[in-house]
This record gives sequence, C-alpha cells and structure tokens, in this order.
Amino acid sequence: MTAETDAFLEVKNATRSYGGVKALDNCSIKISEGKITGLIGPNGSGKTTLFNAITGYESIEGGDVYFRGQSITGKTPEQIFALGIGRTFQLTKIFARMTVMENMFIATQRKEGWLRSVIRPAGSSEELDRAVEILKFVGLLKLAESPAGSLSYGQRKLLELAYILIADPTLLLLDEPAGGVNLSLIKELGDHIRYLNSLGKTFLIVEHNMDFVLTLCHEVNVMSSGSVFMTGKPEQVRSDPRVLDAYLGIDDFEEEIVVP
Amino acid sequence: MSLVNPTKSTKRIGLLLAVIVLVAFPLIFNNPTVTTIATYCVMYMAIATAWNSFSGFTGYVSLGHAIFFGTGAYTLSLISTGLNMSGGFPVFALVPVAGIAAGALAIPIGFVALRTKRHTFVVITIAAFFIFQLLAENLGFTKGSEGVTLAPGGFAASDYNNPFYYASAVILILTVFLVWHIKRSRFGLQLFAIRDEESRARSLGVKVDRVKLVSFVLSAIPVGMIGAIWAYFIGQIYPQFAFAASFDVTVALMCFFGGLGTLAGPVFGALVLEALQRYLVLSLTIQNLYLIIYGLLFLAVIVLLPEGVLPSIKKQISKRLLPTGADVSFNSPDSATSGIPQASAANKEPVKEGKAL
Ligand SMILES: Nc1ncnc2c1ncn2[C@@H]1O[C@H](COP(=O)(O)OP(=O)(O)OP(=O)(O)O)[C@@H](O)[C@H]1O
Ligand SMILES: [Mg+2]
Repeated sequence: MTAETDAFLEVKNATRSYGGVKALDNCSIKISEGKITGLIGPNGSGKTTLFNAITGYESIEGGDVYFRGQSITGKTPEQIFALGIGRTFQLTKIFARMTVMENMFIATQRKEGWLRSVIRPAGSSEELDRAVEILKFVGLLKLAESPAGSLSYGQRKLLELAYILIADPTLLLLDEPAGGVNLSLIKELGDHIRYLNSLGKTFLIVEHNMDFVLTLCHEVNVMSSGSVFMTGKPEQVRSDPRVLDAYLGIDDFEEEIVVP
Repeated sequence: MSLVNPTKSTKRIGLLLAVIVLVAFPLIFNNPTVTTIATYCVMYMAIATAWNSFSGFTGYVSLGHAIFFGTGAYTLSLISTGLNMSGGFPVFALVPVAGIAAGALAIPIGFVALRTKRHTFVVITIAAFFIFQLLAENLGFTKGSEGVTLAPGGFAASDYNNPFYYASAVILILTVFLVWHIKRSRFGLQLFAIRDEESRARSLGVKVDRVKLVSFVLSAIPVGMIGAIWAYFIGQIYPQFAFAASFDVTVALMCFFGGLGTLAGPVFGALVLEALQRYLVLSLTIQNLYLIIYGLLFLAVIVLLPEGVLPSIKKQISKRLLPTGADVSFNSPDSATSGIPQASAANKEPVKEGKAL
C-alpha cells in the first residue's frame, strides 16, 4: 500500500498540555486518502484535542501536522478550512437563530469584493441548488425554513455535516457524529458517510459507539493518555487485549482475568 | 396568512405607503411644534436603523456611536463657520463630508475595539466615547465648552423645519435601503453568523474581523450625517450635547423596543419612543422625568418582550392564525430570510441524491 508511506494527513509527535495534563503526548497518526479512518479511545484520551490541533483551534507545543505533504502546523482555522479540511464538533455549533437554509450559505466560498458581498443577495442559484441537494441528502430539506435552533440534537449533527459539505472539503473530521443521535438516524448517518466516501471523500471519525466505528471504518486508531498506541483493521482492534486495557484500565482488566 | 407572512406585493404596498406618509407629513401638518418632533423622529429612525445594522446584526453592543454623531455635528459646524458659509441649502452639501469623517474615524476605533470580546467591546466603546467628549471640550479648534454657533439657515419661518426634515428623510431612506440590502446579502448572513456563533463562523471561512469592521464603519456613516443635519438644525452645538452620554442608550432602547436585528423594528421603535420623549419633555414640568419613564419602559421591554414589540406582535398573530407547530419560521424574527428564495427551494424538483456532492 502506497498510502502507508505517502499519507494524506499526518500528525507527527504532537504535544500539548493543559497545566499538568498532557492532552497530547508525542501523538502521531496517519490518514490515508479515500479511506474512512476511526479514532477511538477512552474519555479524556485526547481525541478532541487532536482534532483541535489539526484544524488550528489549538496550537501545539511540539510536533507537526502535514496535509498532502505540506506542513499546516500553526495555520488558523479559516486557512485550514480553505485548504479543504472540514470538521464537526462534539458539541454541535450551529447558527441557532438563522434558518437551516441560511446556515447552509455561511460556508459558501465566493470570490467577490466586499462591496459586492454587501449588495448582492446571498446564495446564487447554483449555491441554492447545491444547498437543496445537500439538505435533501441529509434529510433536512423539509426544515429548510425553520430556525436551526429548533432542530433536535441529531438533526443539528446532520446540519453541521451539511453546511460543511457545501464548501466541498476533501477531508472531513467528525467528532462523535453518532453521540446522542437515535438509532435509526445513526444507521442513516453511516450510509451517508459511506456514500460520500464512495465519491472520494476521506474521513476521520471519533466515536464512542463501537459498532458504528468498527462496521464503518477501514482502519481504526486507538488513543490512550494523549497518544495513538495502535492502528489496525476493525477486526484486529476488536480482538486486541490492549484496547480493552485502555478502556478499562489495567488493574480492572487483570481483576477480570483473575476472578473466573 | 398574508398578515403573518406578507407577500412581496403587500410588503411593497406597505413600503410605498410609508414613503408617501414620510414625504407628505410636513405638507399636511405645518404646526412647527409637530414638525420639530417629526424631524427628530426621522433623525432617530435613521440613527437607530444604522446602529442596528451593526449592533443588532452582530450582537456587539456599541455604546460609542455618539462619537460619530458628534463628529458629524462638529464636521459640519466647523467647516461651515470656517468657510464663513451664510446658511441656506449649500450647507447641506457638507452632510456627506460629515458622513465620510465619521466613517473614517470608525476605522481606527473599530479596529481596536473589535479585537476584544463582546463585553469588553461595550466597555471600550464607552471609554472611547468619554475620550472624544473630553477632546471636544478641551481642544482649541472645537472652541471647548463655549460651543460652536452656526450661521442661521435663513429659511422661511413658516416652514423652517422642512429642509431639515427632508434632509433627514433622504438619509433615512438611503440607510433603510442599504440595510435592506445588507440583510439579504452574504455579508448580512455573515453578520448574523457572527452573532450566533462567532468562532464557528471563523472556522467556516468567514473573515470575521474584516466583516465586523466593515459593518461598524457602515453603521457610523449615517449617524455622522444625521449629526451634521442636527447641528445645522439647532444652530449651536456644545460638547455635552453633540457627544451625549444618553445617546447610545436611547438608540439601543429604540432598537430593543422595536425588535433588535429586524429591519422595521428600529424604525418603529425610534418613531414611537422619540415622539413619546419629545411629547413628555414638552408636557411634563419636571424636565428629566422622561428619563425615569424611559428607564421603566426599558425594563418592561426586556422583561416582557425580550424580542421587541414588532416580532412579538408578529408571533402573537401567527399563533392565533396558525395553530400549533405551523409557526416555526416566525420564531426567528431576525433571521435574514428576506433575500433567499427558500420557499422555492423546498418546491424544487427532486434532485438525484447527492449527484454532485
Ligand atoms: N481547554 C482545556 N483546558 C484544560 N484541559 C483540557 C482542555 N481541553 C482538554 N483538556 C484536557 O485534556 C485531556 C484530553 O481531552 P480531550 O477533550 O481531547 O479528550 P477526548 O478524548 O476528546 O475525550 P471525550 O471522549 O470525553 O470527548 C483531558 O484530560 C481534558 O481534561
Ligand atoms: Mg472529545
């Protein structure tokens, strides 16, 4: 596999601490182009911090981030978005008092002078067509005129995905897309991700729902205490005792073995 | 249904009626007391519309727009006296100059103040306001607390107010027109996005700092122009009135009262409150009693109608007319719905799923 040597996105030895807590501790990860990659690990293991480091929300004290071979370390969130990396948040961030359709137009990238941007109506007909198409795709078209603040939790997650898609990113980082989403919607979400992937989009997905991750992803990374300690196929991860260790803590795990 | 969600043509007819009333008012009422009140009302309608286009749209509450009002007032006063202009209509040619001066001043002030968080922004605008009031009192060329006396307008005494009324009306119409465009533009959406979730807007590629600054400057210009007309209107300006501490609170109240972030709300709020204030000042023997009434009104609006009067009325009507659940699109009075053909979006022919995703 060439993807191993020629990573689409690569984080090398990233370090970031908060006070005494090392949220990222020499963390490295490689993402292959065109794949759905999972990132799992117990609470507080640094998954969100890693997303923040990649997308420019947090600076890192050491290490580097590369996207398509170029260093993107230290770039701002808007620069990173412009490069084609879109992300969603563990706690959704939607524009609550704007309608769903208006939310869709925030991320449209138009080259126009400030005067034109002030005078011209938002949403060209192509943008509108595209927004309709995407909303239809995620099943929110009926709610296009509703204020985004009136959406349910799961619908907000879908809207977050939808308004990023309008900018056509090549890499999508999803932080717990299935968290708090009802079961039927989770299945749909998985189908959407698989479909987008078939169109060539690359995904990195943080998720606590094991079934979701292990059935969806081509490859899974496991994090613990600020670094990725194992990477493998879903079935390898499922059966690896170290993963259980990470989730349960070593003491608990040994007890489990001793008891029977 | 049409009452709640007026169609384009009803909106147009309403707008046309409003413009006719605006233009015809001084022709019908020629009592000078009435036209004086009307002139102030039109001035504050323009000011509130401009203030709202920044503070209402972005959620950054400015308490420093009095700086731009005072700057406009002093620009017209100092240039017209400096050039020994003898009143009449030519002095109105300085109104755009005053607007440019206010807009130019808004660039450095906005540049500094907008780097901060929302709460800090409020404090910084207040601080900037006091600095400018002090400057007006102490700089040589502003003539300090002596004030500046302008050459009288020299218009016919019978309808002396009319030139000022119509000058203000022109600014009002231009401002409403501009803000209407902003509201339906991409720039407008970006302002609302900043209000709702600034950091997220930033990460979606919105050039947040630039967008906020442009909005701040655009909102300062009409305020400066009205300040200039006001100075010419009253004929004599002093620092504490041109840079009045109560200015921004009054304007903010008008916007909150009518409906923050909406287009009609500030116009309505300014009309009602300015007329009320002028009436109270004239009819009450205790001069500052109106401030107490204002304060109570402010509390009442915030507590009882947090969205403002117009949006609340709209909601009530829609609740009566459309039972349960049908009023989703009215929960967001300040959403920038006007410009985007959403209704047609929902009716579009089905697109093949994800065709071009
Ligand atoms: N802004 C911050 N300030 C202080 N500590 C932080 C901050 N952000 C993260 N941390 C700490 O860094 C560690 C990693 O947090 P992070 O949110 O990355 O974990 P996570 O893997 O996303 O967890 P979860 O599964 O609960 O979302 C935690 O110990 C957390 O308390
Ligand atoms: Mg997290």
